Amino acid sequence: MKRSSLFPYMIWMILFIVVPMFLVLYYAFTIPTETGATWSLENFGRFFEPIYLKVLGRSLRLAVISTVICLIMGYPAAMVMAGNAFTRKNVILLLFVVPMWMNFLLRTYAWLTLLERSGVINVLLANLNLPRLNILYTEAAVVLGMVYNFLPFMVLPIYSVLSKIDKGVVEAAGDLGANSYRVFTRVIFPLSVPGVVSGVTMVFMPALTTFVISRLLGGGQFTLIGNLIEQQFLVVGDWGFGSAISVVMIVLILLSMAVMSFFEGEEKDVALW
Amino acid sequence: MSEIIVELKSVSKFYDETAALDGIDLYIRKNEFVTLLGPSGCGKTTTLRLIGGFEQPSGGTILFEGKDITSIPPYKRRVNTVFQRYALFSHLDVFENIAFGLRIKKLSEKAIQNKVTKMLEQVNLEGFEKRDVNSLSGGQQQRVAIARALVNEPEVLLLDEPLAALDLKLRREMQHELKSMQKQLGITFVFVTHDQEEALSMSDTVVVMQDGKIQQIGTPVDIYNEPTNAFVADFIGESNIVDGIMRKDFLVDFSGSSFECVDSGLAQDEEVDVVIRPEDLVLIPAEKARLSGTVSSVNFLGVHYEMLVESDDGMSWLVHSTLMEPVGTRVGLGLEPLDIHIMKKVSSP
Repeated sequence: MKRSSLFPYMIWMILFIVVPMFLVLYYAFTIPTETGATWSLENFGRFFEPIYLKVLGRSLRLAVISTVICLIMGYPAAMVMAGNAFTRKNVILLLFVVPMWMNFLLRTYAWLTLLERSGVINVLLANLNLPRLNILYTEAAVVLGMVYNFLPFMVLPIYSVLSKIDKGVVEAAGDLGANSYRVFTRVIFPLSVPGVVSGVTMVFMPALTTFVISRLLGGGQFTLIGNLIEQQFLVVGDWGFGSAISVVMIVLILLSMAVMSFFEGEEKDVALW
Repeated sequence: MSEIIVELKSVSKFYDETAALDGIDLYIRKNEFVTLLGPSGCGKTTTLRLIGGFEQPSGGTILFEGKDITSIPPYKRRVNTVFQRYALFSHLDVFENIAFGLRIKKLSEKAIQNKVTKMLEQVNLEGFEKRDVNSLSGGQQQRVAIARALVNEPEVLLLDEPLAALDLKLRREMQHELKSMQKQLGITFVFVTHDQEEALSMSDTVVVMQDGKIQQIGTPVDIYNEPTNAFVADFIGESNIVDGIMRKDFLVDFSGSSFECVDSGLAQDEEVDVVIRPEDLVLIPAEKARLSGTVSSVNFLGVHYEMLVESDDGMSWLVHSTLMEPVGTRVGLGLEPLDIHIMKKVSSP
């Protein structure tokens, strides 16, 4: 590509990525004074107060739980879809993708009405003379919302890697004496690691930073790191502190991506990213 | 003759309604180099996959040392396979690829080290232990695939067109190496190929297949010299095949003349295929020959010339000769009774 044709993209990236990033950094490392602003690490110092560390801890915990559940649910689904015994893979693939065409907020609101005290699920349970399910506004509901929303991001990359594994390799492992359990642990799973890494990354990141799911399904009782940032900007108006938390999150995410790419090894090209 | 190790009894394989294998009977002896030869779609690979256990036959039984293994999964069979596209484990290095089967068997680390090192020597890949298999050339990958199978000391090694992806020179080298490995290790090799030259040069026994049926089983020399039908004759080497009529024992009519031959026992006036190898046709002066025509093309092939001679009845004869006659020359074609191979017509569609 010619250098000059990159120009529009460069302008776009500078305007909407580089400049905002510097603004965030600027607000994070300064505190306002009467005359303007002064360099300070005060915003970061505040973040390490126990109350905020607790929020970070809760965010990490819920994100990890959601990611693990997505992996446990998503891997077998991807395997079934990639298996050649399964002829309707397009239908299932579509079923995974269709919810993603709907607005994220609507999808999450839908769970609100499903889980309500007099919502669809509880009416159904009552009719069957079963105890009510009271998980709305609990951590369970938040995790449910995350799993529901992010599961496709786990299934698709794993499916994409699994479906590219040469059937001959699986046969070769069997030929060399591996039963189906060993074929999975020694060949299929190791070969699918790039997909797992992609999936874990694509679920963990949004789960860590979401604020909509925790607000709607957690009823505001579970402040996650995303909610904290949102509050600082929109409610409290403390842009400096909000920016500092954002910077901490960016660093955390970069660190986790570095760890991930270590596991991913040299087969990056197979995965989605 | 040594004992039979693998035996297929009226084995069939159907995919949907089409028969890939149509009731074949075949036995393979210990320490034999057997080649399944045929055009693509003849059922040779299916036969190999049935022996390996990757496919289940639709009918018939497969015996291994006299025991029925028809429904035993691949990982319990004492055979190993070299796959056509190698099927190496891309997440493991060369050493671990070869060690795969040994690790499954839970051998000690020391034993694995010993065996793999020995195997690497055998296939001339010393020093490649830590190499990524994706960085190897096709020939090297081939060697790893062979080592990975042989290190398990199988009773039978199955090879599915293992040389198909290699260039001609490498192919020749590997043919010799495989053959000498087989002799040295004393393992039964079942080799699948569509290359008749490869089959003839490597095998103890050649099994010629077509349309899911075995056409002929024999030594390379028998297959070449005594093909049982026109298909085998045509597939193994080049042949002139013409329609003929058996007048009586030892006399056949074709191309408007009668020829003495060495075949007998066919019905009088039975229609037959007459097969004559191009190297058996000798150029002689036209006036001395019962079969004559005009040279229509000449190709120099190194060792010999390949000429097409159009005979007066419109038939083209392929002639291999170290002597050359220019295009347009009228020549006679001489042939001995022994060179005329009479074959019953195959009643195929």
